[in-house]
Amino acid sequence: MLKTFKLGGIHPRENKLSAGEKIKALPIPEQVVIPLSQHIGAPATPVVQKGDTVKTGQLIAQAAGFVSANIHSSVSGTVTAIDYVTDASGLSKLAITIKVEEDEWIPEIDKNNKFLPNITLSKEEIIKAIANAGIVGMGGATFPTQVKLTPPPGNKAEFLIINGVECEPYLTSDHQVMLEKAEEIIVGIQSLMKAIDAKKAIIGIENNKEDAIEHFQQIANRVLGIEICPLKIQYPQGGEKQLIQATIGRSVASGALPISVGAVVQNIGTAFAVYEAVMKHKPLFERVVTVTGKSVKSPGNYLCRIGTPISQLIAAAGGLPDDTSKVIGGGPMMGRSMINIDSPITKGTSGVLIINEKEAARKTARNCIRCGKCVSVCTMGLEPYLLEKLAVTNMLESLEIEKVMDCIECGSCSYTCPAARPLLDYIRLGKGRTATMIRNRK
Amino acid sequence: MNKLFISPSPHIHSGDSIEKNMYGVLIALIPALLCSILLFGIGAIIVSLTAVLSCLFFEYMIQTFLLKKRASIFDGSAIITGLLLAFNVPSNLPVWIIIIGALVAIGIGKMSFGGLGCNIFNPALVGRVFLLISFPVQMTTWPLVEGISTAYIDAQTGATPLALLKEALHTGQSVSDFLTSETFIGYRSMLLGNIGGSLGEGSAIAILIGFCYMLFRKIITWHIPVSIFATVIVFAGILHLSNPDQFVDPFFHLLSGGMMLGAIFMATDYVTSPMSQKGMIIFGVGIGILTVVIRVFGAYPEGMSFAILIMNAFTPLINRYCKPTRFA
Amino acid sequence: MSTIIITIISLCAIGVVSAVILYFVAQKFKVEEDPRIDVVDGLLPSVNCGGCGYPGCRSLAEAAVKSDTLDGIYCPVGGADTMNKIAEALGREIKVEAPKIAVVKCNGNCDNRPRTSQYDGARSCAIQHSLYIGDTACAYGCLGCGDCVTACTFDAIDMDITTGLPVVNEKCVACGACVKACPRSIIELRKKGPKDRRIFVSCVNKDKGGVARKSCKVACIGCGKCVKECPFEAITLENNLAYIDFEKCRLCRKCVAACPTNAIQEVNFPARKVEVNMPKPTPTPKTVEKTTEVAIETPKVELDIKMTRVEEPVEVVVETPQVSTIEEKQVETVQVTEIETVPSFQAEEQQADAIKTEEIQAELAKITEALREENPELKTQEEVKTINN
Repeated sequence: MLKTFKLGGIHPRENKLSAGEKIKALPIPEQVVIPLSQHIGAPATPVVQKGDTVKTGQLIAQAAGFVSANIHSSVSGTVTAIDYVTDASGLSKLAITIKVEEDEWIPEIDKNNKFLPNITLSKEEIIKAIANAGIVGMGGATFPTQVKLTPPPGNKAEFLIINGVECEPYLTSDHQVMLEKAEEIIVGIQSLMKAIDAKKAIIGIENNKEDAIEHFQQIANRVLGIEICPLKIQYPQGGEKQLIQATIGRSVASGALPISVGAVVQNIGTAFAVYEAVMKHKPLFERVVTVTGKSVKSPGNYLCRIGTPISQLIAAAGGLPDDTSKVIGGGPMMGRSMINIDSPITKGTSGVLIINEKEAARKTARNCIRCGKCVSVCTMGLEPYLLEKLAVTNMLESLEIEKVMDCIECGSCSYTCPAARPLLDYIRLGKGRTATMIRNRK
Repeated sequence: MNKLFISPSPHIHSGDSIEKNMYGVLIALIPALLCSILLFGIGAIIVSLTAVLSCLFFEYMIQTFLLKKRASIFDGSAIITGLLLAFNVPSNLPVWIIIIGALVAIGIGKMSFGGLGCNIFNPALVGRVFLLISFPVQMTTWPLVEGISTAYIDAQTGATPLALLKEALHTGQSVSDFLTSETFIGYRSMLLGNIGGSLGEGSAIAILIGFCYMLFRKIITWHIPVSIFATVIVFAGILHLSNPDQFVDPFFHLLSGGMMLGAIFMATDYVTSPMSQKGMIIFGVGIGILTVVIRVFGAYPEGMSFAILIMNAFTPLINRYCKPTRFA
Repeated sequence: MSTIIITIISLCAIGVVSAVILYFVAQKFKVEEDPRIDVVDGLLPSVNCGGCGYPGCRSLAEAAVKSDTLDGIYCPVGGADTMNKIAEALGREIKVEAPKIAVVKCNGNCDNRPRTSQYDGARSCAIQHSLYIGDTACAYGCLGCGDCVTACTFDAIDMDITTGLPVVNEKCVACGACVKACPRSIIELRKKGPKDRRIFVSCVNKDKGGVARKSCKVACIGCGKCVKECPFEAITLENNLAYIDFEKCRLCRKCVAACPTNAIQEVNFPARKVEVNMPKPTPTPKTVEKTTEVAIETPKVELDIKMTRVEEPVEVVVETPQVSTIEEKQVETVQVTEIETVPSFQAEEQQADAIKTEEIQAELAKITEALREENPELKTQEEVKTINN
């Protein structure tokens, strides 16, 4: 009996079209555009100026405050602009544009591919290395990792939980990294365990990645303290709270952080980035991105430099199909639809999904038939039909009482609704307004 | 290239729709419909067809001419209301009464509240209870089962087992006397459907097949029907054990009257039943208790319709106070 | 029989006893309230729209009675009439406020502002705004999903399907609900203006001129021509966006003509006195030097006789319409001159009707005489030219 979370959940078609596609390195573009805000928290402040020459891996923007992250150049070349560019949503964000000239890396990075198993750094040095490398949550949340690894005093981390679930349909980047870089990931996990003084690490992997489970189990058997936990194929198995409940059986209270139950959760791609930072002194400037979609000619997993335009990635996968209706950054359940496909790949871009009109078109919303299916699939035990109604009528106090702030925006309710009501759209709106109300209260 | 579509997440949909759910319920009703035709003959066909067509007609007219919006009569809900209304009436009911019933069911029971999703009471039951109170004689003269050759208007009539039981108890007979008497047709007949009664009271097995189909298609969950049956068994069981002569055993209750049809098809109606699992169980318990109370202590031989309608009124209250289990 | 009598007597007795108890209880637990609150409440329209900023008409009545002055207390639904009555009832002074109306400051319909994507989410401006830039290239413009229409309780704002922009009608009482509902702050409460006439910059785009112009043909590019043109210093330029202060604006319409992108809108004005057969919109810089042949169909001349408010010697340039053939050469500049009208709308409206050409000439001659009498320095345009030549 596979472990899973207790409430709700759905099982959309997995459509892992790019599964098994080996990671290919995408050629470096002629120009990269690196946004200054690729993470949760304050945008980084630039430390280079227009006209400067930079090398691959060089620091180009400094973290601005505690909850922020460093940003490094992913190419070598000349900084041509530090200006506003249009991001994927069409809005203007500050970014550093670098014209590429060859690919010279900073000398500190160990370019050698040799696997290094022994961690020589101390706990503090590990955290410092992670902070310097600008590592953020690679699953898409982009939370600065060093902040997660320094819990507030009085909180002790018992478990390190590694999210190898990749529950979103279509995405396979984590799966490939697990298959190709398993040993490195284990060392990364050991570094993280050392950083938070956790005695046990549990890697949660969804049961549709049996090869990865087997591979990891073989390696983990030789190592102390790391356990592999196969999980039932259910969305959103990879949600932080759901994963903690499934793996160690503890439920994070409403409004609380995972550290309150002694858990720290990290994405498996982040663990790999930690290995590179700690053992190879390599900052985060490239990542594996899945390009996929039913009409895409050759879906695959590509190792891309941060700042590469997404159009180049799409071209490598065979070009934009004619029946393209939506281009989504991320997975189909929680990804963001893009309007500007020349926008750059950022640290949080786990996949580019191209959907055709048949799959993308939203049906006309009808009356709520009170079937209760949204209630039965909600993983947080909320009542989406009620939250939608309260959000539409702007009853913010009632929304707070109905625990709208607990919503993880997984999208299971909208996915299930037979009347095709845009439940999550309104719930998100209500959540934002309620958060503002709560903030203004203080 | 065409303009890109932009929308908030999620970007995919399960493909579930109102029609899929409604037509799934209709498919689940097919065994019961076939059974009713086999038991009651031409009358069953006439009654069912009239009810369904008049429900569709009235819904179309009201939506197009009174509400002045696009008619959506093929979403399946009107057809189900018609069929369930038909299953609740005798097979020799005159056509004009059925049409009135359909008008009340759709017009008052559903449209006056705002259409699909807005009604408080089960429309089919609203129609049925209206007919029962307005035309008590026609609504309580049940044709006897004479198979497929049963006549329509001229069918031979007789009372249902529940009515017979009530009469027997009234005249002083004990339960065991009644069960062994000739007027009682036996449990096997009740299970297979060889009893007089409304169309839907027929075969319990046919209805259970429909129940299994709906569970498989995930159209309904087990909570409401199972809680109704469990409550009836417990409550009627206690009464029976306390005085076997006065109170009949729970299986009689389960197999007679509209218990099966009501618990599986009428009480589980989406719009009028609670949304959370806890709420559904409370709903079912309430229906079970009320049905047994009306049957045993009340004036009417059958209490299922009233019990469901009363609990429908409580659904908003149940929804308000029975919140689903939160994550933490 | 006795049963009936006993019943009646006992019921009456219960009634009387209850009445006495109720009377004493009512007196004991009576809430002392200023009786004037009831009076003021009665004068208010009881719409409870919240447009005054108070939760309901009763709260406004309480606030009006409790405060010393009636500053900041204004019922937009009742308007000046109601406020005057309240002031009378309370014996207080009231400041006269001009009636206001909601103005949608965006003209980005499908022709002016091409669509760059299709929005497929829930029909709500707030949701669309929080998601992305919108279905055009302008990050500030109207999204057309109708949050303002939903918010209005007076049926005063409606979405025009052909343009995709909301239209305010005369039912508007300036309660401010649509202003709050719009996530991009496109709607503003502005003075209704005499004869319902208003002038405003129909744009809220704060991007630099080039960027704004690329996304919308009628965007404000922040060029500042209107600022220079306005004789009353009513226009300010901030963040690449011009804004007309409705308190200072005198509705002279000079800015409207000056705007190169036609971003400034004039509402409910009669058509301009000089009808020009010209493709629009083309930039029309004001020149007084060049004369171009202009075909005039129905020349309209504003004849202002009252010249009361003259702060400095004003060069009154009298227009001389020339009825001549249109020369089909590139007509670059148009001589559109206006009399420096003193803001007196009465004069304007009296004389705004079309007058035939000969009458104009005659009238002009008379006026020129009259003006010359007052100020011998004045010269007509022709004379200026002849002098220069």
